[in-house]
Amino acid sequence: MMKLRANNALTGWLMVSPLALVLLAFLVAPIVMISIVSFWRATEFSIIPDFVWENYEFLFGSSVTYRVFFNTFKYALITWAFTFAIGFTVAYYLAFHIRSMTWQVALFLLCTIPFWTSNIIRMISWIPFLGRNGIANSALMSWGVIDEPVEWLLFSDFAVILAFVHLYTLFMVVPIFNTMMRIDKSLIEAARDGGANGAQILWNVILPLTKPGIMIGTIFVTTLVMGDFITVRFMSGSQSANVGRLISNDIALLQYPSASATAIVLLLTVLIVIGILLRFVDIRKEL
Amino acid sequence: MEPRPRSFYVLTVFFVVFLLFLYGPTITIGILSFQGEGGGLTFPMRGVSMYWFKDLFEQQAVGDIWGSFRRSLVLGLMVMVTTVVVSVMGGLAFRKRFPGSGILFYLIITSLVIPSILISLGVGLLFSQSGLDVHWSTSGFGAQLTWTLPFGLLIMFAVFNRFDRSYEEAARDLGASPWQTIRHVVLPIIAPSLIGVALFGFTLSYDEFARTLLTAGSYNTLPLEIYGMTTNVTSPVLYALGTLTTVFSLLIIAVFLCLALLSNRRKAKSGSDAGNGML
Repeated sequence: MMKLRANNALTGWLMVSPLALVLLAFLVAPIVMISIVSFWRATEFSIIPDFVWENYEFLFGSSVTYRVFFNTFKYALITWAFTFAIGFTVAYYLAFHIRSMTWQVALFLLCTIPFWTSNIIRMISWIPFLGRNGIANSALMSWGVIDEPVEWLLFSDFAVILAFVHLYTLFMVVPIFNTMMRIDKSLIEAARDGGANGAQILWNVILPLTKPGIMIGTIFVTTLVMGDFITVRFMSGSQSANVGRLISNDIALLQYPSASATAIVLLLTVLIVIGILLRFVDIRKEL
Repeated sequence: MEPRPRSFYVLTVFFVVFLLFLYGPTITIGILSFQGEGGGLTFPMRGVSMYWFKDLFEQQAVGDIWGSFRRSLVLGLMVMVTTVVVSVMGGLAFRKRFPGSGILFYLIITSLVIPSILISLGVGLLFSQSGLDVHWSTSGFGAQLTWTLPFGLLIMFAVFNRFDRSYEEAARDLGASPWQTIRHVVLPIIAPSLIGVALFGFTLSYDEFARTLLTAGSYNTLPLEIYGMTTNVTSPVLYALGTLTTVFSLLIIAVFLCLALLSNRRKAKSGSDAGNGML
């Protein structure tokens, strides 16, 4: 028995060794490297091995940091609210209102296809809509809603949130749809027989049973938004900042130690948020 | 069939609007890439022409588009094959608990949720400090794997959670070796899902930029090239390039979906011999 167990462990390790190697070399080692470099010093041209706290002191001593972190949370929260509302509605429609399996699969695929195309292109594709002479402005002017072009459509927080919702709603739809499909339909019939109306069924039966899917979607959306640095830069025309941009600006200036310190703080923040969210769901059970 | 409730029609409208929101912008730049020669980044169209596509094939002033496309293609295939192989092995291993499997599972989740810029920065620093050159086929390749592997593994976990163990037991009872069981029983059954993993591996790599940004070295991949273009190109040539890569992605997706459909059908046809008793 002992021998069998040892044998099992050995085959297990052999099978996962490529995976473990990749994760060690390209996930664990880089994180370790960043935490080491976050204690180094930097001149304008080079970085010098050292053990100083000045990168963190500077980070926590600057009011910019708090503003930028606040902004990051703001983006995450607003994006979450929209992606959840839209994603839940779409998943609910697909799971409970589409009756044939073939249509369900087809419409679901239609929702997921954009996920496999380029994010940058999908960001660029908002330019003709939101620009000063774009479709949105022309339409609003021809309807007489506004007299002159609205300036805040492109290159603003509005554009940033719009792009986030556009890019990431899928990450809500997929896990929520997945959990909804596993809800036993007889539960809903039982609720209806018990006299519940549609809204009551939705609120008291479907919503609680969909919680794991909602949590997984929430984890995806919040981490993607909190770690982002390109969408914010591109859609705000470099006028707004989040933590990711703070890091990428430091990198552009070759200030790697300071970038590393910010990156470590960002990583810890994200992990804390996820740690809280994981208390509500057991991922291994949901696969 | 019971009649549709009124909410069905409201939700259908919502769903259609959602699809418009999802696809509208992409379709718009698709149309605008056929903008006439004097046209700009937005409507109105000044004539219809292939001018910007031709521009894409001729001028090389904006950078090395075709070189970067070739690199992205090769890298995508490398990542795809690696993702499929490593995910299947990982999926098989995770069916049994082994010491360290819990930690490894959390590493996979971390790999998925870690802000991409940390991978970019960390791998970049690691390579530069140990005197190695960053290159798309080494550091870029590894950095992209941290993004594609979690998806591949999560799919494999989901597949094996629904996998009927009795097929394997039957094979073993008939005297198949562990390798024969995997080769002739397990792999054929999970083949359609492997096509899904391959699709994720290729497309996620082909479109990846955040993790490749500081790890690709001096030779750009296509998304990096496009990202660079957004800052200095302000003509519809950007849309033409966007349209071409999107069409390419759609073709790839269509090919994979057809493959999945075919292999599902083949499985359905050869899977059961009920009613075909030897008479």
